[in-house]
Amino acid sequence: MNERYELNKNLAQMLKGGVIMDVTTPEQAIIAEKAGAVAVMALERVPADIRARGGVARMSDPKIIKEIKAAVSIPVMAKVRIGHFVEAQILEALGIDFIDESEVLTPADEMYHINKWDFKVPFVCGARNLGEALRRIGEGASMIRTKGEAGTGNVVEAIRHMRMINAEIKRLTTLREDELMAAAKELQAPYDLVKYVAQHGRLPVVNFAAGGIATPADAALMMQLGADGVFVGSGIFKSQNPEKMAEAIVKAVTYYDKPEILAEVSEGLGEAMQSIDIRKLDEKDLYASRGW
Amino acid sequence: MLQGDGSLRVGVLAIQGSVREHIEKLNLIDGVEAVLAKDKNTLLSLDALIIPGGESTAIGKMIVDFGLKEAILKLNERKIPIWGTCAGMILMAKYIVNDDKVHLGIMDISVKRNAYGSQLDSFKTKLMIPAVSNNEIEAVFIRAPYIENVGNGVRILAKHQGKIVAAQQNNLLATAFHPELTDDICFYRYFLKL
Repeated sequence: MNERYELNKNLAQMLKGGVIMDVTTPEQAIIAEKAGAVAVMALERVPADIRARGGVARMSDPKIIKEIKAAVSIPVMAKVRIGHFVEAQILEALGIDFIDESEVLTPADEMYHINKWDFKVPFVCGARNLGEALRRIGEGASMIRTKGEAGTGNVVEAIRHMRMINAEIKRLTTLREDELMAAAKELQAPYDLVKYVAQHGRLPVVNFAAGGIATPADAALMMQLGADGVFVGSGIFKSQNPEKMAEAIVKAVTYYDKPEILAEVSEGLGEAMQSIDIRKLDEKDLYASRGW
Repeated sequence: MLQGDGSLRVGVLAIQGSVREHIEKLNLIDGVEAVLAKDKNTLLSLDALIIPGGESTAIGKMIVDFGLKEAILKLNERKIPIWGTCAGMILMAKYIVNDDKVHLGIMDISVKRNAYGSQLDSFKTKLMIPAVSNNEIEAVFIRAPYIENVGNGVRILAKHQGKIVAAQQNNLLATAFHPELTDDICFYRYFLKL
């Protein structure tokens, strides 16, 4: 494996046990950093607002990304549309630390995801199941996150995806080696990666939870289900008290297995973000089904 | 120092970052019991402590909020070996050149955060560190800091392109790079002999 890819996977390892927060301004980025975020995702609009606004959602204005980069010392990530490798080239030219090839933005290509091996900068990609995760890793992703259903404040899809990935990983570890090619065919995933997962019982990259996490309890639940860390999109800056919510979620991710601490940090946070029953969304409004 | 069963209790500060990686390395060493440490009592029970790589701002805030800073300072008073890798080194430093914050402030070094730039400037190299090993050691630098200056009593262990990247002061060890990300455990053996 090439050295650059190893370094990129290593950066993702340093983020483990941490919270990555969506921010739209330098002021929000500073709040996130002060609250203990391990990285920020620089955006023009958080997913809840993208949902509300409709239309085509694209990469953010480089000006916003540069301002956010200048405001904080933690890594800065930004999103590109699925398949939009020129947006990715632009972010790499800006010296971004991580690119999220994200279903939250409107896909630019319905056939092909970005060939991430073409880039020096690391990528994180969303996945609903193991096959999808391994296809993205096969394309060069250095980090995986569940897709969940972003901008809903509803954790149900993130749970579904995390449980699915874990169950499929566990199943691979029970197979004989001569059954792995058939498993690769079934998962529609590269054979060498299927073999790696079967041998190690985990993905070859870090796996975070994302999409719908709105409270410290949501974040801790994802950690107890085996997430390496958590992305919080709209959940912080669409809540009533972003500073408090940010800090509480950070603490909940470190002490995810300590209910007394979870109880303490969950107290008096004010209202969580406005949330949506995903079953009431139209099929066309679901982000998780974007990409494959 | 030694426990009843003769094993050494070595903790990894488990707020966030490369915790698992350090634990896995410690598990390779005979006579070591690797422990996740994220509360005061566990910290105070240790024979040695590793502060892992991660984000120093995040770890630095949590050790204050949960009273872990005092426990680590107490370990230092007892001269228990403490080793910081990357973010851990920043947390141990008495001075941070490009930040007004000081976290533990236990080691007489001044460090520069993100000294090499963004992730695009992360790199891997080989270092010759005679005090630690007779062979070259692989060193992985991820958005790494380096040491700009050291005080009296701090021994410089390694430099890379003129910058100090590893140092020791009595019971304290600091590396700008991540031995937890490579296969070589010589740094662990060196640390456990402090």
